[in-house]
This record gives sequence, C-alpha cells and structure tokens, in this order.
Amino acid sequence: MQFRKSWIMALALTSVVALSACGNSNNAATNNGGNNAAATNTPTESSSGADLSGSILASGSTALQPLVELAAESFMDANSGVDIQVQGGGSGTGLTQVSEGQVDIGNSDVFAEEKLKDADAAKAEALVDHQVAVVAIAAVSNPDAGVDSLTKQQLVDIFTGKITNWSEVGGTDQAIQIINRPSSSGTRATFEAFALGTKTEDLQGSVQEDSSGTVKKMIGETPGAIGYLALSYLDDTIKTINYDGVEPSVDNVVSGDYPVWAYQHMYTNGEPNEVVKAFLDYMLTDEVQNGDVVELGYIPASAMQVSRDVEGNVTAK
Amino acid sequence: MRGKTNKKKIEKHHIEDLVGRIYMSFCVLLLIVIIVSMVYFVASKGLANFISGRVSLSDFLFGTKWAPEADTPSFGALPFISGSFLVTLLAALIASPLSICAALFMTEIVPGWGKKLLQPVIELLSGIPSVVYGFVGLSVIVPFLRDTFPGQGIGVAAGALVLSVMILPTITSVAADALASLPQNLKESSFALGATRWQTISRVILPTTMPAIMTGVVLGMARAFGEALAVQMVIGNAPFVPRSLFESASTLTSVITLSMGNTTLGSTLNNALWSMALVLMLMTFVFVLLVRMLERRNKI
Repeated sequence: MQFRKSWIMALALTSVVALSACGNSNNAATNNGGNNAAATNTPTESSSGADLSGSILASGSTALQPLVELAAESFMDANSGVDIQVQGGGSGTGLTQVSEGQVDIGNSDVFAEEKLKDADAAKAEALVDHQVAVVAIAAVSNPDAGVDSLTKQQLVDIFTGKITNWSEVGGTDQAIQIINRPSSSGTRATFEAFALGTKTEDLQGSVQEDSSGTVKKMIGETPGAIGYLALSYLDDTIKTINYDGVEPSVDNVVSGDYPVWAYQHMYTNGEPNEVVKAFLDYMLTDEVQNGDVVELGYIPASAMQVSRDVEGNVTAK
Repeated sequence: MRGKTNKKKIEKHHIEDLVGRIYMSFCVLLLIVIIVSMVYFVASKGLANFISGRVSLSDFLFGTKWAPEADTPSFGALPFISGSFLVTLLAALIASPLSICAALFMTEIVPGWGKKLLQPVIELLSGIPSVVYGFVGLSVIVPFLRDTFPGQGIGVAAGALVLSVMILPTITSVAADALASLPQNLKESSFALGATRWQTISRVILPTTMPAIMTGVVLGMARAFGEALAVQMVIGNAPFVPRSLFESASTLTSVITLSMGNTTLGSTLNNALWSMALVLMLMTFVFVLLVRMLERRNKI
C-alpha cells in the first residue's frame, strides 16, 4: 500500500515536471535529433572579413540534400573555420525548423508560401528565398506500355482514372497502374501544378511511394505502370514520355519549352548572417552551378532563360 | 582507534547505499519523466485538431476519405486504421502456427540439436533491419504475388507476409520459454497413462501453455502493428480500405512515415498524423494490457 502511494507521488511529480517543461518540449521533440547542435550553432562573428568562421546547420528536402552536402564539402575545404551540417527530414521539416530558428537554412522543393499557409502565412513572409537549382520532372512509364508522348489532357485523364488502359492512348492492351507520390509530396505538387494543371485525388488501387529510387524500381518492374521522376533518375529501365510532344530535356527546360519544373529553395529566416550568406553566395557561383549542380543532375538556376513566381507565372528573363 | 575505524566502515557502507539509492531513483525518475512527457507530447499534438474543431473525432475515426491537400480537405483515417489491423491479424495468423510448431520442435521433439540449430537461426531473424525485409519483400514477394494472383502484387497480402517473418522470432522465443518451463511431471503422467506424443502435445502441453503462448502472439502483434518501413515499401500506400488482399492499401505507420517530413509543424495534416500516432500508442497500450491479462491467467 505504502509502495503504491509513493508511486503515485512520483507520477504526479513527474507529470508536473513534464507539464512545466512542455514549452520547451514542443521544440525539442520535433527536431529530428539535431536540436542540440542547432542551439550551439549561432555563428561566431569573425573579426576580419577575410577568413570566415562559424557553423551552419541546414535541414529539409531530401531531393536537395546531396547537392548542399557536396557544395558544403568544397566550401569547408576552402574555409577551414566553417562547419556545415546538412540534414534531411523533408521540405516541411526544413521550413518549420528554419522559421522557428532551429536551423540556419531550410531546404525546400516548393515555395514556402505553399507549405506555410493560413495561420502560418506570416512565417512564410519572414523567410528569404534563395533559388539554387531547378529540378525538372518527367512522366515515365514501364517500357512495355508502348507510348512515346502524351498530351496534357491524356495525362489528366490517366491520373484521374478516366483512362485505365494504355490502348486508349495508342499503346499496348495493358491496364494502367499509377505509381504516385503521397499528396503532401513536393514532387507531386510540382507535377500536378505544371503537368496536369489540376489537383488529383488518390485513386483506389493506386500505389504511393515516397522515394524516387523505389518509384523507379516499381515502374520498371510493374507492367503498365506510369509515374513521374526527376530527370536525374531517368535511364533505360523506364520509358520517358514526351509532354505535349516536347521532350523533357535540360535544353527544353532551360529555354522554357518544357513546363514541368520547380526551383530548389534554400530559405533563411530574415537576411542571412555573414557566414550563411557567404555559403549561399558560393552556391550560386559558376563553380557550383556548372559543377556540382550539373554533376548531380539538377539544372543550374543561373542558366534558366525563364523565371517563375509563387503563383506560377512564367516570365522570360 | 577501533571505534573510529568501525565508524568509518559504517559510513562507507552508508554512502555506498546512498549513492546506489540516489542513482537508482534518478534513473527511474528520468524514465518516468521521459514516458510521461512523451505521452503528453503525442496526446497534445494528436488532440489539437479535435480541440480546435478543425477535424471532428468521428470523421477522423470512421471517415473513409483521406484527401488532406484537396480544396475541401478531409481527414478520414479509417483506411489506415483498418489497414493496420488487417495486416497485423493476418501476419499473426500466418506466423503463429509456424512459431508454435518451431517452439514445439525445439523443446519437445528434438530438444538437443533442434534447439541448438533452430534457435540461433530464428533469433537471427530479429536482428535483420526492417529495411532489408522491405527490400526483400519488394524484390521477391511482390513479383511472386504479381505473377501468381490477380493485381500488382503489392498490398495487404505482401505486407502481412513480410511482417509474419519479422514477428516469427518474438512468438517463437516466448512460446519456447513457456514450453520449457512446463513441469516435467505433467508430461510424464500423460505418457504413463498411455498417451502418444501427439496426444500429449495436443491435449496436455498446448492447453496448459496456451496463455503464455498467446502472450507471445500478442507481443508479436504489437511489433507488427508498430512496424513502419518494411510495410510501407510493399503495401502500396493508397489511402483506401482495400477490396482484396492484393490491392494497394495503407497502415497508420506507413502514412505517418510517408507524409510527416513533407508537412509543416502545426498544420492540420501534421496534427492529423499526430492523431494517428496517438491511435498507435493507445493500441500499444491495449496490447500491453492484453499481455498483462494473459500473464495473470497463466499464473492460475
């Protein structure tokens, strides 16, 4: 009996502690383990402008992560006083963390305004956008589907379930299997906005996969499969489908003829400090834009002959 | 002199005792704080949508339409809840007979080399990372199901098959322990009455150890219910209640891992995912209660 009493006491005590600490736990538990690092990461101002020192923490989009990591390595080689850590977690995580000040840079596949809506719109306004690269997305199918090109309307009909067999669009007699992304995915948002022009609902029996590698594997193996992938993932195991007769190539994206592409954003909360700014400037130098960016299959933001704003309006540069 | 050393000895003894006590209480207290704050955190996030009225509880639990990004978003989680239960029950149905037979084989049929050979092999299964199971499932089970059954191979059946292999070691080891701890005289009296080995196993051993074996099954189900990655890779993740075992479906864990990183903290979708995490936690709690109940029955 006495034993039980002390347990109740302990429980009551700990819940009080937990409750009083909840203000902090909100931040702590949502950060994928990188929180402690972020707390100590306020970059130290260097006295002279020449040699930088400090640390940068970036998190967010896994699609952008390899590029930032690669650029960070060469940046750290040139500036030995700077330490840069790049984490994944997804675009939503990156945007949340940068607007809460847990990280210095939030990487995102989409404009912050598209994720931070309604009550959070003010947070998006405080973020400063740095567009470092462009990723184009192509519709792809299983090689046996026998279709080279699809119009916008055909794609819409396929992804809304009106067309269910490849023979209806001039292919082989094979049922269409949609390999989609989850509805929260940035890749899907881009594909829907610029290839379909409309949001689609999930169809019964469709498949949703998160990682591009799995999507590619499934499209290559599943008869009649259709999906969409970034250009850097295209190869012979899957068939690239032309969009309205336009081939999804880097040249066509740069010239603005192929519309299904999105910026890769690196957001800072307000104007960046010296070290972060130096790194972001470095991301936009020709060395990175024509080196790492191209090497990893992205399209340099600097090469684009057109630009696009949040609403999707495209203008010639 | 002697008195002084004696006193010192007692002091050292007392200090050791005190240090041990403080250390122990600190660890226990820390553990309780962690558990309580975790429950509090998940609950506060998970209930946020219902408290603010953005999603009603009945719509969430019984709604079948999941369209978080649509113009009029709806957050029906029934497809995920039913998917989780379906996969878990099927996995337990597939794995239990196999595990119980393996446990009987190790303890009753060939306790010598059977145990030496089979136990490490089965325990090895629990050490394999879940992503490996997922990848094997995607590369072997899914193509096999696609060629054998109608549909694309992915779906509840593929998920249940992968999970059943994953929970084999849990059920087997608990069942084997239960069988090994059975008093020898029960078996001996059964044999003395002229019962065959099969009669002894089916009429004496299994009925007596059934509550303990069920504990293993429930523990296995708890593991299956919470497994995310392997299931997510093979189940297809369409947010619908599946019409067949070979059609794309989702579980609570698969939708959480799929969408959590893409959402911003505090958004309705993010909170809805936390609600699912809360459902998962409550279910784990139910599983724990079940195990407790079974253990109590086992003692009588």
